[in-house]
Amino acid sequence: MTSTLDETPKVYGLLAEFGTADELVHATQSAAAKGFSRMDGYSPYPVGEVADALGFPRSEIGAIMFIGGLCGATFGFVMQYYLNGIDYPLNVGGKPMFSWPQFAPITWELLVLTASLSGVIGLFALCGLPQPNHPLFNVPQFARATRDRFFLCVEATDPQFDLTTTRDFLDTLKPLSVAEVPE
Amino acid sequence: MATVIKPTTPGGPPAAKTYSAPTQFAPHPEGLIAGNHDLATLGDKIADVSIQVTPTPRAWWMFFLLGFTLLQGLVVGVGYLLYMGTGVWGINQPVAWGLAIVNFVWWIGIGHAGTLISAILLLMHQKWRTSLNRFAEAMTIFAVMCAGMFPLLHMGRPWLFYWLYPVPVNFGAWPQFRSPLCWDVFAVTTYFTVSLVFWYIGLVPDFAVLRDVARNRLQRTVYGMLSMGWRGSAIHWRRYEKLYLLLAGLGTPLVFSVHTIVSFDFAVSIVPLWHATIFPPFFVAGAIFAGFAMVIWLAVPLRQFYGMKDFITNKHMDLCAKVMLGTGLLVNYGYFCELWMSWYSHSIYEWDTTLQRIWYGPYAWAYWMLILTNGVIPQLLWVDKLRKNMVVLFFVALSVHIGMWFERYVIVITLSRDHLPSSWGRYAPTEWDYMLFAGTIGLFITLFSLFVRFVPMLSITEMRELLPTAQGGRDGHAVMENAK
Repeated sequence: MTSTLDETPKVYGLLAEFGTADELVHATQSAAAKGFSRMDGYSPYPVGEVADALGFPRSEIGAIMFIGGLCGATFGFVMQYYLNGIDYPLNVGGKPMFSWPQFAPITWELLVLTASLSGVIGLFALCGLPQPNHPLFNVPQFARATRDRFFLCVEATDPQFDLTTTRDFLDTLKPLSVAEVPE
Repeated sequence: MATVIKPTTPGGPPAAKTYSAPTQFAPHPEGLIAGNHDLATLGDKIADVSIQVTPTPRAWWMFFLLGFTLLQGLVVGVGYLLYMGTGVWGINQPVAWGLAIVNFVWWIGIGHAGTLISAILLLMHQKWRTSLNRFAEAMTIFAVMCAGMFPLLHMGRPWLFYWLYPVPVNFGAWPQFRSPLCWDVFAVTTYFTVSLVFWYIGLVPDFAVLRDVARNRLQRTVYGMLSMGWRGSAIHWRRYEKLYLLLAGLGTPLVFSVHTIVSFDFAVSIVPLWHATIFPPFFVAGAIFAGFAMVIWLAVPLRQFYGMKDFITNKHMDLCAKVMLGTGLLVNYGYFCELWMSWYSHSIYEWDTTLQRIWYGPYAWAYWMLILTNGVIPQLLWVDKLRKNMVVLFFVALSVHIGMWFERYVIVITLSRDHLPSSWGRYAPTEWDYMLFAGTIGLFITLFSLFVRFVPMLSITEMRELLPTAQGGRDGHAVMENAK
């Protein structure tokens, strides 16, 4: 293995720290206006305006759950009719084999079950979780992202990213601190 | 930054840590958060219990040991039941359901308030839900665990429970999907699973808080794994909120459907007084009634012994009492409706069974016990002063617990009086019935005590959002506005 020790350490991005949610919203909007596209905001509770400013106005969860629920309900309904009506015809009180109203409760329960589970799996899959470690955790002050601080990270993959100029730009947003995030 | 007083001096008693923000804020306009909190102090106050900074109150040990002792009753009760069979219970013909079903419905009813608080009140933009939803959801999960045990054991051979599911096995028979008992299996399983994931999704950001304030490697590892590496990214939050909202949206009809299906277990039969269309709404109202009584029961010690009065304020207790009073009136309307319909229907079976139930039957005392505990005593809550008195509230909730248990007892015991006098019978629970019931109470107390000690008992994330903007929050739960 060739040594890479003499090279400059790789950088994940630059992390600016803010004291309030409104400052983070403002900073994200300014950075977006400046043309940065590869960045993310971090906050102890959801701040919708940040996601809006990042250009993520709508999540995929609704569609995933709709499709999941539809599949579950269809499966549930067809399963009940097939098992009780075709594969092993069961005559209960002389009711018709296709007694669909009596299949409604289980169809509904399976709809809720599959929609919920597909939503949960969808959330974790889309967010790339579980991910126990992340470059951001290398920055000590980032521990306060779950406490009382708000962070904006401009990532090194951004085409406009440059350690010096981006840091200068972030400084104009009056952050509490700006830190380099090692990869 | 908050004033942090280092909690312990070695050897000496732990110094009480105070949680107060350095700047003085105006009191919360709606009285939903007391004390003087900012983002940090609020999170610390809740998180410190889970990371064992807050000294464990002596009362915690008393609750835990009580629960753990009763839990042994469950072990013995289930062990003996599996060894001997369901004959050790008091069930017989005609009363084939007995206490097992009474307790099943009682527990699952208690569970429903958790979903009501977290899902329905969220959809209705009720900010006061935020202080209650976490431990109410825990209550739901533990109550459903207790509930599920009864029908399973009642099957006699619980190891064959998988026959209830459409599992392809070589005997080639399938479950009977037109039966409410089969619907029940799907409803309760779905309810438990969805409640669990809803609870866990709410907990993920809070586990991340615990990971970041953990005091040792073990805590950091365990909470870190449970948090799945959550880092509060705005993109993740957006998806998270949408999921949370949709789960609430699904949970609301789910809770209604589950208790409707539970009531179908009775209502779809042709037993007099069971065969009634009032059953589903009446059961759902009863469930919420019982569940709020349990929320009050759990909130009082959390306030008293864990000092959570800052977050579960008198306002919350007042609102819970009002919901209990309101749903109690619906339940009483259900009792009236039962009487009215049996008289108005001119069905001799309905009317005679009613008279047996309320007047000359052997279990008429149980009916009047029910009216006293569910109908009369909760009316105390009309008085403003009594609603704000925790002792009174606690005893009214106790009365509701007893009343709701008797309600199901009265319903099940109707089996003793059928259409034909030749098939009449009597029923008395045995000590094994009571031991199992006490055992599930023990299971509930044990699990809840452990929950309070190791998991954030209130939602840190949502409480922070509830803080007014000046205190660092977003002035209320913004899930509805941001869930896209």
